[in-house]
Amino acid sequence: MKVVLQNLTKTFPARGKKGETVTAVNDFTFEIPDGELIGLLGPSGCGKSTTLNLICGLQKPTGGKIFFGEDDVTDLPPEHRGVGLVFQNYALYPHLTVLQNILFPLENLKGKNKLSKDEMKRRAHEAAALVQIEGLMERRPSELSGGQQQRVAIARALVKMPRVLLLDEPLSNLDARLRLQTREEIRRIQKETGITTVFVTHDQEEAMSISDRIVVMKDGVIQQIDKPQTVYDDPTNLFVAKFLGTPPISVFSGEVRGGMLYIGENPVLPVGGVSDRPVTVGIRPEGFVPDEKGKLICDLKAVEVMGRDISIVSTHAAAQVPVIRSIVSADHRINTASPTVAFSLKPHKVFLFDRESEGRIPFTTV
Amino acid sequence: MEKNQNKAWLYLLPAILFLGVFMVYPLIDVFIYSFEEGYNSASQTYFGVGGYNYSYVLHDPYFLQAIKNTLILVLITVPVSTLLALFISVGLSSIKALRNLFQTVYFLPYVTNTLAVGMVFMILFKKTPYSDGLANLLLGLFGAGPIDFIDGPYWAKMLVLCIYTVWVVMPFKILVLTGALASVNEEYYSAARIDGTSRARIFRKITLPMISPMLFYLVITGFIGAFKAYSDAVAIFGTNLNAAEMNTIVGYIYDMLYGEGGGYPSYAAAAAIILFVIVLTITCINLLIRRKHVYHG
Repeated sequence: MKVVLQNLTKTFPARGKKGETVTAVNDFTFEIPDGELIGLLGPSGCGKSTTLNLICGLQKPTGGKIFFGEDDVTDLPPEHRGVGLVFQNYALYPHLTVLQNILFPLENLKGKNKLSKDEMKRRAHEAAALVQIEGLMERRPSELSGGQQQRVAIARALVKMPRVLLLDEPLSNLDARLRLQTREEIRRIQKETGITTVFVTHDQEEAMSISDRIVVMKDGVIQQIDKPQTVYDDPTNLFVAKFLGTPPISVFSGEVRGGMLYIGENPVLPVGGVSDRPVTVGIRPEGFVPDEKGKLICDLKAVEVMGRDISIVSTHAAAQVPVIRSIVSADHRINTASPTVAFSLKPHKVFLFDRESEGRIPFTTV
Repeated sequence: MEKNQNKAWLYLLPAILFLGVFMVYPLIDVFIYSFEEGYNSASQTYFGVGGYNYSYVLHDPYFLQAIKNTLILVLITVPVSTLLALFISVGLSSIKALRNLFQTVYFLPYVTNTLAVGMVFMILFKKTPYSDGLANLLLGLFGAGPIDFIDGPYWAKMLVLCIYTVWVVMPFKILVLTGALASVNEEYYSAARIDGTSRARIFRKITLPMISPMLFYLVITGFIGAFKAYSDAVAIFGTNLNAAEMNTIVGYIYDMLYGEGGGYPSYAAAAAIILFVIVLTITCINLLIRRKHVYHG
């Protein structure tokens, strides 16, 4: 089932005397192809959870339309939309057993959709098998670990065979190891069921690792929609560039003069097709190449060895970030006694942005 | 560990002392009096030891009337007030406008003095040579004859007492239940809505189990409170409750101690022990049911 959002807008009325109306979701238009897993990514307060609530119907949009396939569901109440939602805190009914929790949505079915007791049991066990919790059916949620509760919540959302599966920060309550494991699990379940899935996260690594496509949001406005790798390699603006990637991108004040990019007083990279102007320069950590003849000279602070790679921590007067982190292969030998380190740059890991609009300025490498 | 335990006992000491002196010791004392025939608190003397006090009390028509009154009061007011309070709390929780106003209105009886509320009930229900009271005025509209609710037939007086009791105990229940309802996580309702759960089913399957501990607390304390009713009856029918056929168990105990025909601490003690046994039994039954049916968070 493809999901289409058309000019979707949600504003919240002002609170108190001096309050201003808040636009949580601003003129969203995008289409989620059938069977894809979409990650809604953004800092907290950017409207991603609101978007999810609009899709599932818990909140009504102020403007715009939502389609599931060809059906306009904008005015449908949540129970008629056929969505499954996994809450951040799972919202498992604590007084019911795992089996009763999974059966709950099925027991609501009425009229011609009503299922026999045996059929319900069969479907519940099928859903439980999918998330591998068959052994826990008689337990109560309080007797389960966080990861197990998460699985039960997914089983409960899947058991009624929803048209769309929505996950709200599904991994944020799990510890680091379980998070890795569970995100692969979510990916596997999504692939197996083929259900169009939207999941919300503020963790860019999480979004990048399992999404077919990610939607980067800021202040209720879509910044970029694309495949994770494309968003990383080709960010549309400074915000997207900064939001994606660990360690984060290093940002400098720079200037283009006569087809040459200057950071500080040094020409660091020839850039074609850009008129002379001040720019903001973003360089990915892997874009730095230690090179004695390199033109970008930074003050060396520390070298962290991570086995396969080494991380060079340095500072630069023109940098807009407190420290510059670059990741280089461990084959490079860095003279830790030297006060400075010189880098040459990989052109495709360097992005130029407008100082004012922070939009991307394309350039050609010579 | 040992040292910590000593410290803990030290902190508990004041409470233990107070409870011992004012609760445990009197309880034991009352138990002993109840078996001492003709105990006189002034001279500290008695004739003999045995079950005569219990036999007397259990054959006293006033006591039997008091037990009957108390049981009717308990069996009617506890379920009625709890259900009404639940109904009102659910209503209060689902409205937004005027919620504070209604909350205040429903809470007023709680902060109003029992006797003052009794006065209001007199005005509503008392028949005097000059007026039949507001209740009779309303009944008159439907063509029903004036009924003397205060000095009239037994059922009318019991009705007034029940309405009065329900009215007085409800604010606290509403307070507790609105709190309990507010503490149910909104996400459960959202989850249920997305799964297409009907309102009735949400209430039965989610709301009720979630607030069941509080509901049970109210039922248990409601039973205990209703068994100990006394001042309510006095507020409406005055102090001569035996004459009005409206005495309660606690009222009977009081009368035996200090009333006009009073001065019988032994009978009072026996009646008190009987009340204690009744309340204890009912509470134990309640707790047993609770263990089976109430969800613990």
